[in-house]
Formats: sequence, structure tokens, C-alpha cells
Amino acid sequence: MADPLELRVVSADRVVWSGQAENVIAKTVEGDIGILAGHEPVLALLAPGGVEVIQPDGNREIVAVDGGFISVARRRVSIISEYARMAEEITVDRAERALADARQRLDAGEDDEETRKAYRRAEAQLSAANKAR
Amino acid sequence: MPASLRELRARRASATNIKKITRAMELIAASRIIKAQQRAREAAPYQAELTRAVSALATHSNVDHALLTEAENPRRAAMLLITSDRGQAGAYSSNVIREGERLRELLADNNLEVVPYLSGRKAAAFYTFRERPVAGQWSGFSDGPTYADAREIADSLLEAFNTPSEEGGVDEIHIVYTRFESMITQSVEVIRLLPLEVVEEDEPPAPDELLPLYDFEPNAETVLNELLPLYVASRIHFCLLQAAASELAARQRAMKSATDNAEDLIQRLTREANQVRQAGITQEISEIVGGANALADASAESD
Repeated sequence: MADPLELRVVSADRVVWSGQAENVIAKTVEGDIGILAGHEPVLALLAPGGVEVIQPDGNREIVAVDGGFISVARRRVSIISEYARMAEEITVDRAERALADARQRLDAGEDDEETRKAYRRAEAQLSAANKAR
Repeated sequence: MPASLRELRARRASATNIKKITRAMELIAASRIIKAQQRAREAAPYQAELTRAVSALATHSNVDHALLTEAENPRRAAMLLITSDRGQAGAYSSNVIREGERLRELLADNNLEVVPYLSGRKAAAFYTFRERPVAGQWSGFSDGPTYADAREIADSLLEAFNTPSEEGGVDEIHIVYTRFESMITQSVEVIRLLPLEVVEEDEPPAPDELLPLYDFEPNAETVLNELLPLYVASRIHFCLLQAAASELAARQRAMKSATDNAEDLIQRLTREANQVRQAGITQEISEIVGGANALADASAESD
């Protein structure tokens, strides 16, 4: 079996997670992409949502991303997203509240980039948290 | 004319109070520098990954992007000054402002109209006092900037950059900030943020570590479109973090010398007070001795 992938999940202010992974399943803007050892080098934009990481020991981790991109270069896989977070760090209540808040603001006609981003972020966190359970 | 003993003692007491305050501020600044440095370190991987990706894009594809191309004849340039919100940091903010003035002259010599963007209350105060127009200002995070703060600044700078200069946009963006070199050295630096200069990795890749031939999803152009704004935001984040660490280091040094000065003052006032007290005692003794002598003389005469 090929060596496992070296995965690094990086958000703007810290390294969220790093370690070995056997399989990384991410949702790009074009559709889902699964990465195993020996994947060709790729640089793809991520869609907001959860990235699934299967570790060599079979454990599953979910990372919530709000966009950003994934880069694969030989065995090194990096997930770079401004507000990446581990699904287990997310409190469902808080994400739900953020989502409701953003939706309310959108409905109130505050249709700016900031609010839409907050909406997408909350949605991504929520879906990742649900996937993790 | 020496001051009265009571006055000297009051002055010494107030110097002692000041010393306590400045000492506390020094210690606070010292403990927060470590945190600020740690934050800067934690943000480094993100910047490194982004730089890698942008270099890969720049080397493997021939896409032109608005953020990479120089305007043919630039007319307006934005200048972002990163200063502190509070004083008590020596010449920290004024150094940045002074460098900003120099840059302003330089740009004006090149027939560029300068559009100032300010971060930190000190720069805002300087510009408001001179009643100069300001295109954007932010404050409240100078000693602990978060990524969201950087993103906010980046968004409005990018918006200005993407607007043609005839419609109030800008053709160039410069940043004046303070780079944290060590606890003792921080230097003011000017960088040109946009148009981006050719991005190279800090270290040239080793021969056996050639950049892989990337496949871009959906295509190089879209990826670049998404990536460059992130890159710009992370550069700004970097500058803010450096500036925060520098501000705290400058504050620690300023407060240390304030504490030392207070110490000197206390010592001087103590000496002066002791002298005045001693002079008072000597005078009292000589008065008593004088009085006693006078009495003795008077009784000797009457005998």
C-alpha cells in the first residue's frame, strides 16, 4: 500500500489540523473530489461545506470550510480556507443561531457581501457538524 | 529658593505613583508581546501555503490578472498607514506617520494623487487635525488584530483597486507599517501591495523539489481570481500582526524608560527633601543655642 498522505488544514490564523490521512474527500466548486495517495497534483477551489478525512487507522474527521482551496502535490495535501474549523469544535447551537441571524439580515434586505459570506459560513459549519455525527 | 518639605514629599509621592503605573504598563506590554509573536507565528503556515499556491499558478499558467498588471499611467495611489490606537509607545506611531508623509511626497513627485487609508486612532487623529480627506479608517484592534480585521481592510482596498481611477479608484496600493525584527529593533517599512510584484517563494525550491505540474480546477483563471484576494488579505494580516508586535515592543521600551526616569526623580526629590529637613533641624538647634547664649549673657551681666 502506498504511503499515507500528509494533510495540513490551515486557516488564516492557525494550523487547524495536521496529520496523516488515507483518503480526503472534498467538495470543490465542480463537484466532489476524492484524493488517495498518488493523486496527480491539483489545485482546486473548494465549495463551502465539510471536507471528510479518513485517517490510516480508520478514524474519520470532518473539517468545515467556507471556500478556499485544496492543493495536492505528491503526498502533501493542504486545505487552505480562511475560516476552516474542525467539525467537532463547532457548536451546533451557535452555528444555527449564526445561520438564523444571517438569514434574517438577508431577508431584511442587507444583501451585501459580508452577510452572504456569514450565511455561507454558518451553513457550511452546520452541514459539517451534521456529517460528523 | 528651596521648596518646603511638605511640597517635596507630595511631589515624591506622586512620582512614586507614576512609577507604579508605568511599571505595570511595561509588564503588561512585555507579556503581550509574546502572545503577539505567537499569533504571527501561527499565521505563517497560511501565508506560506498561499504563497506556494500563487507561485505555482504564476509559473504554470500564463494568465493575466488585473491585480498583477501595472496601470499604463497610474494616476491615483492608495496609502495604508498602520499605527496604534493608544499612545504611551514612544515614537511608534509618529515614525509611521512621518514615513507616510515622505511616501506622500514621493508619490506626489511622480504625479500621483494620494488616497490615504488609516488603521489606528493615532493616524486618524493626525489626519483629522489637518483636515485632510481620508478614504477609509479602522481602529480598535491595533494591538490584537484578527484575520477578520485584515479581511475588512483588504475588501475595501480591493474594491478601490478594481474601480477605474477616473471613477475614484486607485492604481497602486502602498502599505506603511512597522516590521518587528527583534525585541529591540523594529523598523518602519513601505511595501507596495498592488499591483503584486512577481511572487517568488522565499527560498528557491531545491532541485529535487521542483514545483509539481498542477492541474487547476475548474481552470487557472478562476483559481487565480479566488486566490489573489486571499493573498492580499493575508499580506495585510501579516502587516497588522507585525505592527501589533512592534507596537507592544515600543510600548514596553517607552514604559521602561519612563519607569527609570521616575526612579531618578524619586531619588532626587528624596535627597532634596532630606536636605531641607536637615537644614530645618540645624536652624532650630542654632536658634536654641543662640537663645540659651543670650539668656546666659543677660544673667552674667545682671550679676
